[in-house]
Amino acid sequence: MFVEPLIDPFAANEFMRFALLAGVLVAVTCAIAGTFVVLRGLAFVGDALAHGVLPGIAAALLLGVSGVVGAAVGSLVMMGGVSLVSRRLRLSGDTAIGLLFVGMLALGVMITSRSRTFVGDLSRILFGEVLGVDIGDITLQFGALAVVATVALIARRPFLLLCVDEGLANTSGFSSRLFHNLLLMIVAVTVIASFQTVGTLLVLGMLVAPAATGALFARRISTMILIASVVGTTSTYVGLLVSYHFNLAAGASIVLSAVAMFALCAFFSEAKKAVGKKDADEHEHPHEHQHSHSGSHFR
Amino acid sequence: MNEKNRATLLADQLAVGYSKHPVVKNVNLRLTAGELLVLIGTNGSGKSTILKTMAGLIKPISGDIEILGAPVGSLPKRVAYLPQHPISTHTLPLRVRDVVAMGRFAHLGLFKNPSAADKKIVDDSMRSTGIDTESDDPIRDLSGGQQQRTHLAQALARQAEIMLLDEPTAGLDINGRKLVADLIAEQRSRGVTVVLATHELKDAESANTVMLLAQRVVSIGPPETALGDEYLRECFGFTQPH
Repeated sequence: MFVEPLIDPFAANEFMRFALLAGVLVAVTCAIAGTFVVLRGLAFVGDALAHGVLPGIAAALLLGVSGVVGAAVGSLVMMGGVSLVSRRLRLSGDTAIGLLFVGMLALGVMITSRSRTFVGDLSRILFGEVLGVDIGDITLQFGALAVVATVALIARRPFLLLCVDEGLANTSGFSSRLFHNLLLMIVAVTVIASFQTVGTLLVLGMLVAPAATGALFARRISTMILIASVVGTTSTYVGLLVSYHFNLAAGASIVLSAVAMFALCAFFSEAKKAVGKKDADEHEHPHEHQHSHSGSHFR
Repeated sequence: MNEKNRATLLADQLAVGYSKHPVVKNVNLRLTAGELLVLIGTNGSGKSTILKTMAGLIKPISGDIEILGAPVGSLPKRVAYLPQHPISTHTLPLRVRDVVAMGRFAHLGLFKNPSAADKKIVDDSMRSTGIDTESDDPIRDLSGGQQQRTHLAQALARQAEIMLLDEPTAGLDINGRKLVADLIAEQRSRGVTVVLATHELKDAESANTVMLLAQRVVSIGPPETALGDEYLRECFGFTQPH
C-alpha cells in the first residue's frame, strides 16, 4: 500500500526507468567530478563551464548538429578563454571567469533567440529534459562516467595534491597546470554529458550539493565520492517521484532534492557537533556547568 | 672531491623574483651534504621567494642555480618542500595518515601502489613529529600546531636529500619548536641538506650559513658574523641582547 507509489511510476513507465538510469549515471559522474570541484574550490569555474556551453549548444541546434558537439566546442572556448584572460591580463581568476561567464550566457541567449522555438529551446538547454532521454543519451552518459572515473582514478594523487597546495603538486613531480586542466576537462565532460538530463543550469547543483554533503561527513576522498554518489542517486529517485506525483519539472525536482539533502545533513552535522562540544565541556568542567545554572553565563 | 664535500646546492649570481621584477639579487651559495642554511628576514624580505626558486616553483630571473647537479624542480624524489601555511588542508576530508602519505607520491607516481616499506616510512615520519597518536583523526579537526606537525611529517616522508622548509615552526609552541630543531639536527646527521626560512633568530644558532635578507642580501656567513649587530639593525631595526 505504501510501497506502490514509490515503485509504480518506474514499473509502469519506460520513460521513468530511462530517466532514473540516466539520473543515476549523472549522479555518479557528478559525484566524482564534483568532489574535486568542491575540494579545489572550483564551484564558480564549474558554473562558468556549465553556462559556457550554452552558445555552443544553441548554435548546434540552429545548424542541426548534435548539441553534444556544440557543448564540447563551447566548453573548449570557455576553458581557453579563462586561461588566456587570467594569464595575459593579470586579472584574478574570478574576474576572468565572471566576464566570460556572462559573455557566453548572453551569446547563447542571442543565438537561441534566432530560433522560432526560442523559449522551448532555451528552457530545454538550461533545465534539461530528463523525461525525454533515450538509449543514445544513456550510452553517452555511461561513456562520460567511464571517462571521468578512469581519469579520476589515474590522476587521483595529483588531484589530491592540487587540493592541498599547487606548489606541493609541482614539487612532487606533477605539473599543476597540466592536472588542473585535466580536472577542468573532466568537469567539462560531466557538464556536456549531463545537459540533456538536468540541463546546463542545474548540473552545477548535482556537481556541488552531493559532494558538499559528502565533505560534511567523510574522512577520506573515496568515502566522500561514495557519499556524494548515494546522495545524488537518492536525490534523483526522490526528485523523479516528486515530479511524477505532483506534476513538477523533473530536473529541478532532482536538484532541489540534492540541495535539501545537503541542508538537512548540514543541520544534523552542526547539531551533532554542538552536542559533542557540550558533552566535552561538561566532562571537562562539571562544576562550572553546575554553577552556571545559578550564576552568570559570561566568563 | 669526496662525497661529503660535493655541492648539493649551488647558486651563482642568482636573482629571484616575480614577473621579471627581482626581489633579491646577487645570491651566491654553495651547500654540501648535512649543511643547514637559514634564511632570515622580515615579511616580504625574499625568504620564501628564494625557497620557491630552489623548489623549482619560480623561474630564476637571472643567474644559475642547481640542486644535486641538476636543474631545480627536476628531482622531486630527492627534494622535499614544505610550503608556508598549507591552509587549504583544513577543509579536506583527510586523515593525518593520508596527508603524511602524500609525501610518498613523488616516489609512487601515478600508478605504483604503496609498499610495506612506504607504509613504514609514513608511520616513522608520524612518530618523528609526534603526530602518530592522531594518525586516524581528520586533519581539519586538529589544532594549527598539530596540522603543522602533520605537514612536517609529510616532508620527512619524502626521504629527500634536500629539505626546503618555509617557516616550519609557525604555529608551534616551545616543545614543537624544539622538536623541529631536533628533527633538523637528525636529518643533517644523515647527510640531508636543509634550507630553512624563518623569522626567528634562535633558529639560526646551529646553522652553517645564515643569509640575512631585506629584499637584498644584507649579510651571509656563519651565524656569529652574519648576525652581527650592524646587520641586524639594518635588517630589523634592533640588535640582539648580549
